[in-house]
Amino acid sequence: MKTPIYMDNHATTPLDPRVLEAMMPYLTEHFGNAASRSHPFGWAAEEASEQARERVAALIGGSGKEIVWTSGATESINLALKGITEFYKDRGNHVITAKTEHKAVLDTCKRLERSGCEVTFLDVDKHGRLDPEAVRAAITDRTVLVSVMAANNEIGTIHPIREIGAITREKGVFFHVDAAQAAGKVALDVNECNIDLASLSAHKMYGPKGVGALWVRRRPRVRLTGLIDGGGHERGMRSGTINVPGVVGFGMAAEIAQREMVEESARVRALRDRLQQQIVGGLDMVYLNGHPEHRLDGNLNLSFAFVEGEGMMMALKDVAVSSGSACTSASLEPSHVLRACGVEEDLAHTSIRFGLGRFNTEEEVDHVAKLVVEKVKRLRDMSPLYEMAKDGIDLKSIEWSAH
Amino acid sequence: MAYSDKVVDHYENPRNVGSLDKADPNVGTGLVGAPACGDVMRLQLRIGDDGVIEDAKFKTFGCGSAIASSSLVTEWVKGKSIEEAAKITNSAIAEELSLPPVKIHCSVLAEDAIKAAIADYKQKKGV
Repeated sequence: MKTPIYMDNHATTPLDPRVLEAMMPYLTEHFGNAASRSHPFGWAAEEASEQARERVAALIGGSGKEIVWTSGATESINLALKGITEFYKDRGNHVITAKTEHKAVLDTCKRLERSGCEVTFLDVDKHGRLDPEAVRAAITDRTVLVSVMAANNEIGTIHPIREIGAITREKGVFFHVDAAQAAGKVALDVNECNIDLASLSAHKMYGPKGVGALWVRRRPRVRLTGLIDGGGHERGMRSGTINVPGVVGFGMAAEIAQREMVEESARVRALRDRLQQQIVGGLDMVYLNGHPEHRLDGNLNLSFAFVEGEGMMMALKDVAVSSGSACTSASLEPSHVLRACGVEEDLAHTSIRFGLGRFNTEEEVDHVAKLVVEKVKRLRDMSPLYEMAKDGIDLKSIEWSAH
Repeated sequence: MAYSDKVVDHYENPRNVGSLDKADPNVGTGLVGAPACGDVMRLQLRIGDDGVIEDAKFKTFGCGSAIASSSLVTEWVKGKSIEEAAKITNSAIAEELSLPPVKIHCSVLAEDAIKAAIADYKQKKGV
């Protein structure tokens, strides 16, 4: 077993060797510009890009003609949200999203607010799930767009996308789905779910970094104002030379994900359950964040009461995980996602996110579980809060010094 | 963020972890921070009748820098008079541990813990 062990697959995934193999020729001999229509170098690049469009679109049940290449999901999200609200500004200026969205959505929405849009940030339930009826209730005759992530990047909760899509379609409102975490991991069909725009990223599905896609529905047609002007590439929606090796890798990654999804999700889920059982079996006062059932197979987000997340990560130095605590930031505020789920602030500071993926093994899981149990015990022995709790002191009764 | 060797050393081999008897009139207890902010330090000092700190123990809920800061101050205060200990500044702690700017907060907490422990001792003694 090699260390360090990678268990942060929500942040990024390693490149699948099969993806690299597919990309290699497009870095060397087939180096053409896909926009060069006058010679075989350009034709080869264009053909590869078109094949990749089909593969990426197929993953979500769309057509290759509906794919706009971008630099990643953040750019796709910016293009979707700004592009739609700009193009349809005569129709309305109201956008609906959720409090647990990725910063790429939340920060874009805050910018939209500064430029005159009205944004509703919906609450979620304690498992981080959005109620479709809350979406319905928030829609007004000025609403142009609803944007909801398919699966949350921190707690793995999967939203009822199909139900939300039925509502947005009924109301004639555009529906954008940030599918960066979900695509390739859970079945997601843009037609069944009535999605109008979907943001995707290659590096979350064992593809290369720096390449993403915005899927934009053609029937009924969805139009948007491009953000980057230039050569009019991507039907004017996103100018710029196509990252051909990147999109070829994305296509291959999507193709593998689609082919192996069923088998892989079962395997990853078994690993996640094994990790969870061993940790929860070895420790008391461990709490699951996110939805117990509707969640990504590779996601395990746990709060270890009385042990601060950053301190915990330092103890797990040979394991790459992440924390919803905010000890590294100046704000001292823990994850907005955990807070939106109503997780108490003290517990939110104790959360660790394990992200399992294609290349994790049982051996790694067993090692990490053992390490977590051992280190949590050690840190609890060092924690004044654990001692106080054991002594029967109600931590809420203490007047803590504000700082 | 990469931690300095000194932070790692104090984190992996924390000095003086534990508790002193809170009821002992010669023990001052300082509890600072808040669980909701992600860090709580408890520093306890046993102070001789000559005003010299004989023993120090800590327990900390927090990140590596918070644990290291509290471990370091337990070493620093031992053998010092309470007046000398009260002069330990957060900047000295931050400098010793090479804390990055975002972790200065941990050293402030450690300074506050010393002051709080001394204040508790003085209150007990009625001085």
